[in-house]
Amino acid sequence: MSESVLYTVMILSALGAVAAVILYFVSKKFYVKEDPRIAQVEDVLPATNCGGCGYPGCNAFANAVVEQQDLSSLHCPVGGNDVMKEVADVLGIEAVEKDPYVAVIRCSGSFNNRKKTNQYDGASNCQIAAQLYSGDTACAYGCVGLSDCVDVCDFDAMYMDEVTGLPVVIEDKCTACNACVTECPKDIIELMPVGKKNQRIYVACVNEDPNSIARDICSVACTGCSDCLEQCKFDAIIVENDLAYVDQEKCKQCLKCVDVCEVRSMHSDGVPEEKIDRMRELRLKREAKEKAKREAAAQATSEADDVAVAVSPHDEKVAKIAAAKARAAERKSANTKTTGQEVISNKPKGDQPSEN
Amino acid sequence: MNLLSIFNNTKSFEMGGVHPAENKLTADEPIQVLPPPDAAVIHVAQHIGAPATITVTEGQKVRVGDVIANHTGYVSSNIHSSVSGTVENIENLLDTSGFKKTAISIRVEGDEWLPEIDRTPDLISEIKLSSEEIIERIHASGVVGLGGAAFPSHVKLNVPKDKVIDHLLLNGVECEPYLTADHRLMLEKPEELIIGIRVLMKALNVDKAIIGIENNKRDAIQLLTELTEDEEGIGVQALEVKYPQGGEKQLIKAVLGREVPSGGLPADVGVLVQNVGTTLAVYEAVQKNKPLVDRITTLTGVDVTKPGNYLVRIGTPIRDLINASGGVPEHTGKIVSGGPMMGKALPDLLVPIAKATSGILLIPESESRRAEEYNCVRCGKCVEVCPMGLEPYLLMTLSQGHNHDKSEKENVLDCIECGSCAFTCPSNRPLLDWIRLSKNNIRKAKTAKA
Repeated sequence: MSESVLYTVMILSALGAVAAVILYFVSKKFYVKEDPRIAQVEDVLPATNCGGCGYPGCNAFANAVVEQQDLSSLHCPVGGNDVMKEVADVLGIEAVEKDPYVAVIRCSGSFNNRKKTNQYDGASNCQIAAQLYSGDTACAYGCVGLSDCVDVCDFDAMYMDEVTGLPVVIEDKCTACNACVTECPKDIIELMPVGKKNQRIYVACVNEDPNSIARDICSVACTGCSDCLEQCKFDAIIVENDLAYVDQEKCKQCLKCVDVCEVRSMHSDGVPEEKIDRMRELRLKREAKEKAKREAAAQATSEADDVAVAVSPHDEKVAKIAAAKARAAERKSANTKTTGQEVISNKPKGDQPSEN
Repeated sequence: MNLLSIFNNTKSFEMGGVHPAENKLTADEPIQVLPPPDAAVIHVAQHIGAPATITVTEGQKVRVGDVIANHTGYVSSNIHSSVSGTVENIENLLDTSGFKKTAISIRVEGDEWLPEIDRTPDLISEIKLSSEEIIERIHASGVVGLGGAAFPSHVKLNVPKDKVIDHLLLNGVECEPYLTADHRLMLEKPEELIIGIRVLMKALNVDKAIIGIENNKRDAIQLLTELTEDEEGIGVQALEVKYPQGGEKQLIKAVLGREVPSGGLPADVGVLVQNVGTTLAVYEAVQKNKPLVDRITTLTGVDVTKPGNYLVRIGTPIRDLINASGGVPEHTGKIVSGGPMMGKALPDLLVPIAKATSGILLIPESESRRAEEYNCVRCGKCVEVCPMGLEPYLLMTLSQGHNHDKSEKENVLDCIECGSCAFTCPSNRPLLDWIRLSKNNIRKAKTAKA
């Protein structure tokens, strides 16, 4: 009995020893040399494997970083500048700062704004609905509302608003990983720079139908009326196919376009509502004043002799504000002369579609 | 010949298949001619391939049979005006696919046909044209597959040189529940149909043709058997009532026992299949010089006041057809273009009848809703009924996980989208929706690569 136990132990030990020797030599012989820095870089990365950098995972990105030794074309949108700084420190190379981006939903066709024309009854998935037909509203361009973008988000940075039926981006959580942008079958999500003030001016509509049709199907559809284009002094607005688009690189966030947009499809995220209201008030006053002036001038020419024009204290105040505004505008235009040159010099660059 | 032996000697495809309720409500309703609409909407993309190029301008007068859009490239089809009147405008309008596409709207004035079209009911049985001329005439007349796929017929008939066709199969199966357009056509225009078969046989230079008909249309089987008794080389084959017996590959398997290889065409096994509706259109195009401007369509539904089979001008708004049969019944949930299995719900009543619209089905609210979806219970019913031998539950899971490369390896592109899997699933899973997504994604990736 004890002998058989002894033999068993001896045979197993011998087998173990032989296997150990074989494994030792095999591991030496087939050792894969890997740059230790890859592991170090990977440790710094957020390990989300979201693919937002354009590589299939954090390991692939770390490989690329170590291989290229240059961070100008590599960026981890999830980690942002802080993580890229650490990556640069690990490799001892220079960090390249990139502006943070955030996902923006370019559709405001909520249940109230966009009436349903039929009911979708298929699988609850935007891509499936979008390949089946043009949608359950008359708008063939806008949000399908079946939450593909929310489902694909790894960071819980989106949710569906049950009141509007549209997805909402929680800006603090959004890492601009691009997953929702590629998932959306209607291409309504766009990554936009967060900016210093965390403000964005953009057209929350992608409908390319002509004016007469767009107006019928959605109350906030951009009709391509070009009012915003006339207001913009920075060439930041493009109107094509009956749809306006704001170039984020050129936009100086003067808010004039937001103010004049009658259908309110020009959105201004992060801008306090009072600011726009104030702008509107001022503009209306200015317009009223100009109108009054024109009428007065017309009257003056017809009744040239009648000089006495009663001026109420209120009108005086409005006139003062308008004068101040005109002076400010003059100053501003003097300033923009220099920026104007910048815009021109930037033009060839701006014409290329930005890949970020 | 003993008729009973014909009915009893049925054939069928073997793999998979389902038995939905037949509901052929309009099988005894004779074909009625629907008058031309007040305004016709004719889309330039009613076929597989490139959309036709518009040749008319707004304000132009057209007659029935005038070409209003010319084929773009070879895999494309001519579009003819189905009405006489004035071209009102050219704009993007909804079609049966559910998307807005370029369409020509014509305001109808009178009913003036091109003089060279033979509108008499006389039979013309002598085939004067040569094989090439027949195919050319079919091309010029805008004939496409009327069974549902709308593949341009001249392309199909122009068989590659390295393939030899020995059998022409005529698809009179009409396995979709509710639809009876092909059934009525076989009963009311059998002589024309047989001449059409002769025309196709001459074009293809084959000497054997078999008409496949499902065994629930015994009157059609009997009539055609009697009429083809003296016709050399044309036969009738009764087929078991099973869906999708009328699928091209299923029909070939059932009648001839040949299997089309994965990714292949019927021509690979020496067969060419044409729908009976297409064959009648071929007869009219070749023998009567009449382009494809109308078709037989079934309007049906359990609650419809006067369901029936109609000869409709292409471009007639579906609303006109529904009004002719008593209007939309109360509590209608869905209006489907095609049959209940493969048809597509329409988003609007102004969508016009297209070349491939074989039927309009009005489904009541109570039946139209999809039932609640549950988890897959791994019962394997979808695998059992798939006529192509695929694993639908697996393909759906792969599609949900964006794993389209893997589904391509699982031969998702062989799916004929018959919907048997979703029909049979006890958990009401939308299998076909997801499989279609996979197919579209793979095709998109392929065209992007090319």
